[in-house]
Amino acid sequence: MDLDMREVEAVCAALYVQALKILPPDIKAGFKTLVQNETDATGKTILGTMVENIAVAERTKNILCQDTGIPIYNVTIGRNVAFDGAELKAAIRRGCERATKENSLRSSVVHPITRKNDQTSCGIRVPIIHVDFDTREETVGIEMIPKGSGSENGSFLKMLLPSDGIKAAKRFVIDRVVELGGRVCPPTIVGVGLGGTSDLCMHLAKIAATRPLRTVCSDEEGAKIEAELSQAVNELGIGPQGLGGRSTSFAVHVEVAATHITQNPVAVNIQCHSARRALATVTPGGIAFS
Amino acid sequence: MTHHVLDMPIDADTARSLRIGDTVTLRRTLYGIRDATLIHMFDRDRRTRLDLNGHAVIHTAPNVHKVPVSAEAPVGYTPFCIGTTTSMRMERFTRALMEREGVRLIIGKGGMGPATLEAFRDLGGAYLAIVGGAAALETTWIEQIEDIDMDDLHPESLWRFRIRDFGPLLVGMDSHGGSLFADVQDAVAARRDAVLASIGASE
Ligand code: SF4
Repeated sequence: MDLDMREVEAVCAALYVQALKILPPDIKAGFKTLVQNETDATGKTILGTMVENIAVAERTKNILCQDTGIPIYNVTIGRNVAFDGAELKAAIRRGCERATKENSLRSSVVHPITRKNDQTSCGIRVPIIHVDFDTREETVGIEMIPKGSGSENGSFLKMLLPSDGIKAAKRFVIDRVVELGGRVCPPTIVGVGLGGTSDLCMHLAKIAATRPLRTVCSDEEGAKIEAELSQAVNELGIGPQGLGGRSTSFAVHVEVAATHITQNPVAVNIQCHSARRALATVTPGGIAFS
Repeated sequence: MTHHVLDMPIDADTARSLRIGDTVTLRRTLYGIRDATLIHMFDRDRRTRLDLNGHAVIHTAPNVHKVPVSAEAPVGYTPFCIGTTTSMRMERFTRALMEREGVRLIIGKGGMGPATLEAFRDLGGAYLAIVGGAAALETTWIEQIEDIDMDDLHPESLWRFRIRDFGPLLVGMDSHGGSLFADVQDAVAARRDAVLASIGASE
């Protein structure tokens, strides 16, 4: 399959808009579970408002939240796909820019020093583009994530000592969730990275925070910790918007990587209740959005 | 817990009648402000021709469309997606906003701190919590952008919205020293050690 760059551009534009308007099915299902389990009256009311907002956004074709986020594109390329890598990156960027201009989306991206906003949702190294490969025949997956800033500001890294053990990493996660309270627009997905180098650890936390609900860490030990922490955070009583209740998080997700004998890194990255993601799968048969 | 329907503007006694845990629906008029608006008004002593006396302000980050001036768009803007930003950044302006401009109610997300609570107690005011991130819904409560001032700060201008049944909002802080945010924080801090113990992560 030859990857058509005009098609990639159009898909990347459409994905940004879809992600801002329609929450993925796993998050909608996650809301149902939280509503069922919530015992606090205020918590229940706030969850109800969030669920209503999802329906209103779809009905009025509006975006879910005013924060258009930092655009992230995750591209997964299968077997027997021919493409020019530099062209691919340029096409993704054009798509992101087009979505912003054609839909008068608020550009939330600025230069880090001058704070200048080009009004394109693009800037130096933004959109963030990750390219990976898998074994699917003639298939390209493009996932778009508009990462909201209230929750992105809930990001932390700590290079613990090996002698601190996993215990200290668990405590670090709980203490960060306590510290953040309602600021990160709970209910959240708490993304946790364990291991790797400092940069990989932070990246693992982002993968974890943006992983679909009901998926499980592929490492058995990581899976145990995510189950344990998922239960524990909802015992804290922070609740939706930090106003009390059980529904502090949809889940805690953990991703792991091997690390150095002298290191014990832990990272936290939060996804808010506007846990937006959109995916397009490109094959010779056409494009499917999900 | 009481539900209040308030036709804005209101007086100090009405503001004092709100208690944490109550719910509120606002009618008629609402003003939108944000960081830059407040910095210009109070750090640079800029005055507005709009009358905020007795009114509610919302910490907002509006997405608007620029359109030709018409009956529906008296100042050339229509609302597209109007949401709420984190209030805590604007903590140091509460007292000035109330004393100089006569503001009674602040709407935002995440709550505010002790300086705001003190100003509410001294002057009669309350903080109304809105659900952060529920902007599509919030936008349906806004009928029109009626007026605007300091639009050189766009989008951090001073906005006047005509509203229709804006709410329900939750009284998060009141004039009697009550703060739901502080209450929840205390309760969470009290539970922390037991939660850590339950996963074998105590100090
Ligand atoms: S943290 Fe998420 S839900 Fe809250 S305002 Fe930002 S993008 Fe919206």
